[in-house]
Amino acid sequence: MNSSDSPSSPSKPPLPILSILDNGSTRRTALKGVAMTLGLAAFGKAIWPLTTIPENVSVSEFLQQHYKELTEDDKTAVFKRLAAETKQQYGADVTISDQRPIPGVKFAYAINLSKCNGNGKCMEACNKENNHHRGVDQSYIRVLEMSKGSLDLGKGTTTFDHTVPQDDKFYMPVQCQQCDNPPCVTVCPVEATWKEEDGIVVVDYNWCIGCRYCEAACPYHARRFNWEKPELSAEEVNPNQGYLSNRIRPQGTMEKCHFCLHRTREGRQPACLEACPTGARVFGDINDPESDINWVIKNKRVFVLKEELGTQPSFFYFFDS
Amino acid sequence: MTVDARTDPMSAHPVRNYPKFLWWALGEATNGNLPFYAWMLALTAIALVGANAWAVQVVDGMIVTNMTDHVSWGLYIANFTFCVGLAAGGVMMVIPAYLYDDEEMHKVVIIGEIVAISAIIMCTLSVLVDLGRPDRFWHMLPGIGRFNWPMSMLTWDVIVLNGYLLINLHIVGYLLYMRFLGQRPNPTWYIPFVMLSIAWAISIHTVTAFLYCGLGGRPFWNTSLLAPRFLASAFVSGPSFIILVMRVLRITTGYTASPAPARLLIQIIRVAMTVNLIMLASEIFTMFYTGGSHLAAANYLFFGSHGRSGLVPWIWTAIGLNLIGTMLFFTKSALERSPARILACLCCIVGIWIEKGMGLIIPGFIPSTLHQIVEYTPSLTEWKITAGIWAVGLIVMTLLLKMMISVQKTREVLELHVE
Repeated sequence: MNSSDSPSSPSKPPLPILSILDNGSTRRTALKGVAMTLGLAAFGKAIWPLTTIPENVSVSEFLQQHYKELTEDDKTAVFKRLAAETKQQYGADVTISDQRPIPGVKFAYAINLSKCNGNGKCMEACNKENNHHRGVDQSYIRVLEMSKGSLDLGKGTTTFDHTVPQDDKFYMPVQCQQCDNPPCVTVCPVEATWKEEDGIVVVDYNWCIGCRYCEAACPYHARRFNWEKPELSAEEVNPNQGYLSNRIRPQGTMEKCHFCLHRTREGRQPACLEACPTGARVFGDINDPESDINWVIKNKRVFVLKEELGTQPSFFYFFDS
Repeated sequence: MTVDARTDPMSAHPVRNYPKFLWWALGEATNGNLPFYAWMLALTAIALVGANAWAVQVVDGMIVTNMTDHVSWGLYIANFTFCVGLAAGGVMMVIPAYLYDDEEMHKVVIIGEIVAISAIIMCTLSVLVDLGRPDRFWHMLPGIGRFNWPMSMLTWDVIVLNGYLLINLHIVGYLLYMRFLGQRPNPTWYIPFVMLSIAWAISIHTVTAFLYCGLGGRPFWNTSLLAPRFLASAFVSGPSFIILVMRVLRITTGYTASPAPARLLIQIIRVAMTVNLIMLASEIFTMFYTGGSHLAAANYLFFGSHGRSGLVPWIWTAIGLNLIGTMLFFTKSALERSPARILACLCCIVGIWIEKGMGLIIPGFIPSTLHQIVEYTPSLTEWKITAGIWAVGLIVMTLLLKMMISVQKTREVLELHVE
């Protein structure tokens, strides 16, 4: 629209236009009203499936605040509600708790690649411990079968289906590296994921909006999305649940390995370590000079994955000499 | 029939009558002939199919898409990226009109702004349907939610896209209203916004590129050429789309414009597309000559790897269309109102849609960060929802364009009366 082609010269009086705004062919208007009504009705019909949501999404769920803004009373109410929903939807009695970091503790993990033989017990244990969807054998761990002579991930595969170990292969489990400089936390638009004082990166499953930007940002494929509602039977549900860890995740949100914080913050070992039959896994407090993990880092030549990206993982790998 | 300026309520209460004007213009815009109603009905039907598919997706989960943990963004984000470019491309009319005082471009620049508004609405919808939990959308609202600004590039994108929408709504609304009132637009009320919109248009596509190129774990995206490439291709797809819109307006409503603006747009496209192709060649050279981590995705995209080649037909179609379109744009007949021009526009729009979507977003995920190759083809649900989003965008665009034409026609009739 050009100002210079505006037709009215200053001398001409402004035109009467209000009358135009008030004019209207009533017949046409009535027809449009009918069309509009029909259109709205069709739209209502189109989005009718949405009316089934309230069964899964309660008003208090919708209004729930971010984890960091919940008071102790809020938390009690939220955990109670979540337990009741689990009972109603999965038929299992569960307790949901909120283990906080132990002051002064910083967790780290290491895997001895000379010992790991790719048996996959860690993945099984993770699946059970963390109430994963049962249909697809999901877990927070991927075990790569790698060719000897190369650390090139491109030469590895996660879909091997044969007896292990193979002579010309070695095995490398990959899970969340609990980076000190986590790209997934940086990119989250709603601060639904953050790094806690003991180094564990957690997700508030009730705050995540499911944009999956963190999944794109993670260089280790450590994050997973709940593409559908997790399915597991009442007997399969692990009843000892943490709000920020292994409780059953809602559909449409992100999840990731949390170093089994509901166990490790109570002095126990992660489920994947307990299940490992080879003793390849070492976990502990890196600030404790007596811990196994501290000994490994001091005495073994450890390396981290994709160090060049500057993510500073708390997850180490090493070989026996 | 003359009325004193002081007694005409419209000039007495211009602000109060603005909503009334919008309502009237909307009423005018929904009047039309049979083909118009057929067009709107068809778009409404497609939009409803999309709305229904989306409702099912919200309830059943995103399992109804073909996205996976390996390819976690798909058609929605691909289409989003293209639409951001479409919105930014309109600036190539604004710059000549306002920075270079091109009189002829000035007369049609509003079309570019209308295309931008419609494209931004498509962008917003594309992101919304990609959310796993749209019910938690309020978590993103500054003040009541937790808005991770300035760290998250997605929060920047929310700001720049919504800002661009508001700026353009203001400019278009103000200019149309002033035209309707027969008053000269007051430069202080819109020129600063026009200048802002120029910088803002560049920013929407730059920030959208930063979404991807800032991720160190995705070597295929992690290139500083991404933002410039996005801009160059936007300055092809945007003007191409606008040329098509002007042609359709000419055929359906008899809207006439001088041939100069379209010619200038073609010149801009010629330069932008050449720059785009040079940058693409430069990227291809760097990836393939260097090899290493950048090569894995490029190899899969252009030639397929490990026996998987799902994206190969897409990217070569895109390259073919882009090359054909570019060559057609360089012909003499592209400067005339010719079929060659229309074909060139179509080739480049489709070519760039593929190049930025299936040829850029998807290969960022293949192979995955642990180098697994899992392929992706959009599901029927994803196509339905994407088509629905386009239908909504086209409905908005059609109505806004018709509002513009109604205002101009009404004005012409009124002025005839006065003469």
